[in-house]
Parts: sequence; structure tokens; C-alpha cells
Amino acid sequence: MTYDTLLQLLDSMVRLGVPLLLACLAGLYSERSGIFDIGLEGKMLVGAFMAGAVAFSSGSPWIGLLAAIGISVLFSLIHGVASITFRGNQLISGVAINFLASGLTVLVGQTWFGLGGRTPALENSARFEPITLPFAEALSGVPFLGPLYAELISGQTILAYAAFAAVPISWWVLYRSRFGLRLRAVGENPAAVDTAGISVVRLRFTAVMITGLLCGIAGAYLATSAPSAGFGREMTAGKGYIALAALIFAKWRPVPALGATMLFGLLEAISIRYPNIALGPITLPVQVMQAAPYILTVIILAGFVGRAIPPRAGGEPYVKER
Amino acid sequence: MQKMPKWADVALIPLINLMIAFLISAIVIFAIGENPWMALRTMVEGTLLRAEGWGYMLYYATNFMFTGLAVSVAFHAAQFNIGGEGQATMGGLGVALVCLAFPWPHWTVALLAATAGAALFGAVWAAIPAWLQARRGSHIVITTIMFNFIAASVLNYLLSNVMRPMGSMDPSSARFPDGAKLPTLHDMPILGQIFDKNTPANITLFIALAACVLVWVLIWKTRLGYMIRAFGKSEAAAKYAGISPFKIIMISMIISGALSGMMALNTVMGYSEKLILNSVEGAGFIGIAVSLMGRSHPFGVLLASLLFGFLYQGGAELALWTSIPRELITVIQALVIMFTGALDNMVRTPVERLFLTLRREGRG
Repeated sequence: MTYDTLLQLLDSMVRLGVPLLLACLAGLYSERSGIFDIGLEGKMLVGAFMAGAVAFSSGSPWIGLLAAIGISVLFSLIHGVASITFRGNQLISGVAINFLASGLTVLVGQTWFGLGGRTPALENSARFEPITLPFAEALSGVPFLGPLYAELISGQTILAYAAFAAVPISWWVLYRSRFGLRLRAVGENPAAVDTAGISVVRLRFTAVMITGLLCGIAGAYLATSAPSAGFGREMTAGKGYIALAALIFAKWRPVPALGATMLFGLLEAISIRYPNIALGPITLPVQVMQAAPYILTVIILAGFVGRAIPPRAGGEPYVKER
Repeated sequence: MQKMPKWADVALIPLINLMIAFLISAIVIFAIGENPWMALRTMVEGTLLRAEGWGYMLYYATNFMFTGLAVSVAFHAAQFNIGGEGQATMGGLGVALVCLAFPWPHWTVALLAATAGAALFGAVWAAIPAWLQARRGSHIVITTIMFNFIAASVLNYLLSNVMRPMGSMDPSSARFPDGAKLPTLHDMPILGQIFDKNTPANITLFIALAACVLVWVLIWKTRLGYMIRAFGKSEAAAKYAGISPFKIIMISMIISGALSGMMALNTVMGYSEKLILNSVEGAGFIGIAVSLMGRSHPFGVLLASLLFGFLYQGGAELALWTSIPRELITVIQALVIMFTGALDNMVRTPVERLFLTLRREGRG
């Protein structure tokens, strides 16, 4: 494999990994506050749809992004109302949200554009275009680092840079801010947080809304970040579940989330570029690479390689003692 | 003291939940510029007023009975088995391996063997997440989701690389031998007068009905069922009473997986007559809606399966005769799951309060 191919592979890793990263960080906020969210998939899907549809109608990717965030936050509020206000089963609510998204995007998309659920192709001005960082041209002649800078680091879209920036920001929020301390506490022991006079309901709703925000950006990335040019039916194709897997793989921590999502992105990039990998006498079929994120997650969950322990109060509605 | 009479709990509340879900569905239809009343009429005319419609409705309902019962049995043990999709996929593999193994002399023998194959493969696929939950504490919801994807990859690999007959481009297995052909409702006495020979509903329907009865007996009339329910209500109390959590989780999930797997008898053996990609078509997930709506009771599951069978066939009719896409059914399904599952307390609390007030006034 030449250096050029490696760079292409890494570029493809970033392209496939960024939506996973955004969705994974999204899940992190919700789950750290004690609200399980298997509805990441659905929120990304409605986000992607609105981004594609509104970017086409308005001609601006930014308005599309706002619409994506808006609908995704709305869906996360439904999840919040069901699981925080009415203390319903969070897993069931997540399943419902995924189906709602899957059905509504096609139903509305078909009515709106009549293209079988797809949104019309976006002009360059209606999507997020790659940004060339300063000196990319000039430095591309420098051996080794030059092409790395010019092809991998430069030339991503603003949403990709935002996703990478969200990692240190999330780290800071979670471990260095007062909100983060409370967020982690409410996911471990809501009663203690309540005793300290802090509203569990408010904290959890905030977390769930941050989840919606990030899922919306993830959806917008899928539909409106070049080379994508519009929403396609069932566009998320299980990415929300892979993000969930990455979250467990990263043991609910932001920096490892970056590693996990990029690893899963790389696996997918490899499976696209090299469908069948020959390892001496055996050939690894493409399906092995496709199933790898799920198999790795099961192994991690089983605790055979380091143990993944979820937030203690996860999944349980909080009932104030009377 | 009970907060409200039993009939309100088992019938009134699910009915209100369902009405809300349907009301919102009607608003959705209205919002996309169609007439909800006409949509309902199209669905009823295409499904309930024609024998062909009944054939498809019963065919879909058979699938949902299996997956709905599967989710219900696991629910009774407080396990959320969201892996019906993967278990049914593997069940299909079991059916195909059995059917392709011999030139079966008669369908009765083939059906018995295929049932064992389907149940075994589905059960194994559920037993691994169950073991991981019981022994290693891995959350069963996440592992069963992962196993759905792994099953899809396994099937995809086997169909494109191993089971595909020479010279065929389709990722599907060879056709099953004639001896493994199940009789449809058309081949049966009396029913044959009603259903024509293209009807997809087959003998598996009666296996599904029998499964409803057997699950009812298991959960409410046997010692094991009592242990499962006790464990589901309170793990701590069950442990104190000497019930082994490991045993209950394993047994309930194995039964659940076997039921999901048996769904493949209907789709793979009874309908497609060869193993194809995605023969499950989301029925594993509909099992969740069916189980929630049916309050995890086999009779409720039966009714809910018929309703979803109606919706499924009705959805196909809508796509055929109107410009409403099939996906409307997915939306209705989501709303049913939301209102009968996650938002149950939204209806329950006010209704409970109403009954308490009525009782107090009655006394005073």
C-alpha cells in the first residue's frame, strides 16, 4: 500500500467516522445523565432529512443545519417527556423514536418532493463545501507531512472540524465544569443531586437536548456535507447503533469516543476499499469487516477485554421520595 | 387496595392508548394532504372485504404472533429482547438447512424437523446474549441489537458465498424440495373453498395459535411460569425464594429466541420456499409493538397481531391505490409503541385518579 492510498483510506475514515463521532458524543450526554438513548439513529435520520430538504428549499446549508437541529431537539424532547416526565421505559421510547423517524422521513419526503423519499440533489452553494486550510497548496510539496496536511487535515467541511472540536469541549464540560460534575452525578446517584437542591428533571432535560443538538449536526453532516448532496432514504443505515456501540467501546468517555468512532470509521473504509482481504490461505470476507464493530462491542460488553460499566442510574426513572 | 378495576387495566387503558395513536396517525395522513377516512376505507376494503386480503393479513399476523410471544415471554422475566429480528434470521437459516438436507418424503415430517431447526437456531442466537447478561452483566438490549446486525452479516455471507447454487446470481439458497412444501389455507378442507391457491397464509398459522395457548399455559399454569413472573416482578424477592436468576434469564430467553426463530417457518418454508436475504422484514421489531399492546398476554398478542396484520396488508393496499406510501404503517407502529409503551403513564395516572375519585364519591 502506498502512502497515497493510506491517505485516501484515512480520509475516507474521517468522512465515515465524523457522523459516528457526533452521534456518539450525543449519546454520551444523555447516558451520562442517566437516560438511555437507543434513538440516536432516528434523531440523526430526521436531522439528515430536514437538513437535505431545507437546504434545498432555502439554498443555504446553514438554514438546513438549523432545521436539522430543530427537529432533532424536538425528537429528543419527546424522548425526554416520555422517559423523564412520565417515567416511561427509555428503551421502548427510543425504539418508537427510531420507527417514527424511519416512517415520517419517507412519508413527508415523498409528499414534499415525490422522489420516493429522497430529497433533490443539492447545488454546491446549498451544501457544506470542503475548506482549504492556509498553506495547504504551498506545503503539499513537503515530503510526508505535506500531503498529510493538504489531503487529510485540510479539505474537510466545517461540520467535521466542529465534530473534532466537540471532543475537547465535551471533555472540559464533563470533567472541568460545574454542569459536567452535576451531569455525571445525576447519572450515578440522582437522589444525592436532588438532596443538594439541584433539579434532576432540569439537568436531565438539558442533557437530552444537547443530545438532540449533536444528533442534528450529525444528520446535517450526512446529508449536506460534501461529497453528500442530499438526503437518501434510510440514510443513517444503522450508524446510530454503531455510535451506540462506540459509546460503550469508549466506556462513556469523550476522548476514547474519538478513538472508537475513528476505529469503526476505518473498519468501514477498509471494507469499502478492500471487500475481500487475503490473509495467507484464508480470505476475510467483507461481511467480517461489516460485523466487526458489533462483535467488538459484544466482546467489550462481556468484559473480556476491560470492563464497560454504564452510569449506575442509567435507564431508571427518578422518583422523588415523598 | 387496587387503584382501579382489572378491566380498566387490561382493556380500557390499552384502548385509550391505541385511540390516541390512531388519532395522531389520522392527523399525519391529513397533514400530508390525504383523507384519513378514505385511507381507512381503502384499508378495510382491501383487507377485510376480500378473501385475498384475509390471506395476507393472516400470513402477516402469523409472523407477529411468534415475535410478539417471544418479546412477551422475555418481558415476563423483565428482559427486553430486542433481538427478534436476528433470532428470526437465524431461525430461517435453521429452516433452510433442514429443508435442504433431504428430499423430504412428506411435509409433516419436514415441518417437524424444520420446527426443531428454527427453534434451535433462534434459541442459540438468544442464548448467547442471555448468558452474557446472566453471567457477565452485559446489558441484554445492547447485545441483542448487536446480534441483529451480526446475524444479518452471517446470513449475507452464507447466501452470497456458501449457499448460493452454482450459476445463480441471486444471494439466495436453492429452492426447497417439493416434500418440504407446506400446505396453504387453500389446500385445507372448508378453508380451501374461501382462499385461492395464491394465498400466502399456511399451516404455520395453526402452529402460531398453538404457541399462543402453550405460552399461556407456561406463564400462568406452570411452576416455571410462576418463577419467571416472580423473577420479573422482583429479582431480589425471587432470589430470596430460591429462584436462580441465571436459570430464569437463560430459560426465558431461550424460549423467546425459539419463538422468534419459528417465525421463519411461515416466511421461509411456507412462503418464499428458499432462504432469501431479509425475509424477516422488520417483524422482529413489530413483535415489540404487539407485545406492548397485548400487555404481554397471549390473547392480547393474538388480537394485536391481527391488528398489525391488518395494518400491514392495509398499508400495501394504500400504496397500491392511493399516493400514501407504505411507510405510513411504520409511523402507526411507532405511535403504538410510544403510547402503549413509553407514554403509558400519561393515560394511566389520570384514569387511576378518576377511578379513585369515583370510588370516594360512591362511598361518601
